[in-house]
Amino acid sequence: MQGAGHRVAITGYGVVAPCGIGKQNFWKGLLGPGLSGSHTVEIENWDATPYFAGPKELRRADRCEQYALAAAHEALTQSGDLPYDRGRIGTIFGTGIGGLRTLEGQVEVRVAKGKERVSPFLVPMMMSNASGAAISMRHGFRGPAETICTACAAATHALGYAARQISWGMCDAVISGGSESAATITAVAGFENMTALSTSMVSKPFDATRDGFIFGEGAAVFVLERLDLAIKRGVKILGEIVGAGSNADAHHITAPSPGGVGAAACMQLALTDADLSPQDIKQVNAHGTSTPLNDAAEAQAVSKIFGKTYPPMTSIKGVTGHPLGAAGALEAAAVLLSFEHQLIPPTANTTVVDSEMAIDVVIGKPREWEPGPTISNNFGFGGHNGSIIISPYLD
Amino acid sequence: MDQQLFDRFKKCAVDVLAVDAGKVLLEAKFKEDLGSDSLDLVEFVMALEEEFGISVPESDLEGVDTVGKAFDLVTSKVS
Repeated sequence: MQGAGHRVAITGYGVVAPCGIGKQNFWKGLLGPGLSGSHTVEIENWDATPYFAGPKELRRADRCEQYALAAAHEALTQSGDLPYDRGRIGTIFGTGIGGLRTLEGQVEVRVAKGKERVSPFLVPMMMSNASGAAISMRHGFRGPAETICTACAAATHALGYAARQISWGMCDAVISGGSESAATITAVAGFENMTALSTSMVSKPFDATRDGFIFGEGAAVFVLERLDLAIKRGVKILGEIVGAGSNADAHHITAPSPGGVGAAACMQLALTDADLSPQDIKQVNAHGTSTPLNDAAEAQAVSKIFGKTYPPMTSIKGVTGHPLGAAGALEAAAVLLSFEHQLIPPTANTTVVDSEMAIDVVIGKPREWEPGPTISNNFGFGGHNGSIIISPYLD
Repeated sequence: MDQQLFDRFKKCAVDVLAVDAGKVLLEAKFKEDLGSDSLDLVEFVMALEEEFGISVPESDLEGVDTVGKAFDLVTSKVS
């Protein structure tokens, strides 16, 4: 990663997702069946009580924040105590929306009972920065605590910016990732009416018959540390963030730029940042939402970058659905798990890849591979593009 | 003291402030004994308004720092 030159290690991570709570359950979920039969997928039987001091504290955290705190707990348990000045530990977090469930619930309260009954906790529960703030407060991290809200690219941008804080020497460690839980009745209607959701209610990224996404949720949280400091304290290094790219289509509020030119430029920025050539990339973890436009543009972008010698590509959204601002976080977790298990999870539900696409989509079953640098893409409404390159830690 | 009324009051405190019923004593101070901050109390007052069908303007809450004072306030509004 360009900058002052510090390398960035990942030393812990945690995952909360409908297909599995905890990273190894999440991995099992990624190898399991794909989603079908509903416009949404939510975490069932969620129990947040282990992550809060009591019922009062729990009640005052929106689900989005609950997931973030739970995933942060797993991540920090794995990394162990960070022996750094608390002022040099940051929290750079991502979310697409924030506490929408709380907002929608309180609108209902106001309509039914009047504005005098609106909760005094509405504001701290709905604000987009609540999850990052909660992590920093819970653990006493007094470095920069900022939240990035770039729709479905939010967590990828957060991870890239978090890594850059370390690369530049501004922080010794940064907690990063993303969380989302926003599938309220109103939000689902909004996505449905804009025809973003799958009419067949099947998430099948890059398939010839794909017709929209399934609205998901979840969180993943990562502990990033300056590599030399992580080595010094003897913690296991799970991977490195070696590059990140961020740009804008400056084209349309929801449609990707024609030919995926914005996405391709973003991937190139990440490659340049990492000082890697396309041939060094061994896996593409795609945004792959299963919408006709996104997948077509992303496939074109991948072709632009890799030409005819393209690496295997997968989208986990056949299983996870699309968790908006948490997407890049769940996908970074999938990349680390693909390193650990030496398998690339298949793109669930996809059977026939769109013939317009010159890409190698992993389908049917997981594919064995020799772990190598992996690029993960996410693109958000608003034309926000984000790519990060995660590499196995060697030497 | 109207015990029935106090039981309803106590239930609101237990639910909203998440404290043990045994701690909801007339002399208990909201901040020191029940660990409640100003937003907790706003939520508690809203629950009392709902439970007893009363209205408690902010000006009435001046100096109300114990369970007993709050209960007196509720009693005066109910009767």
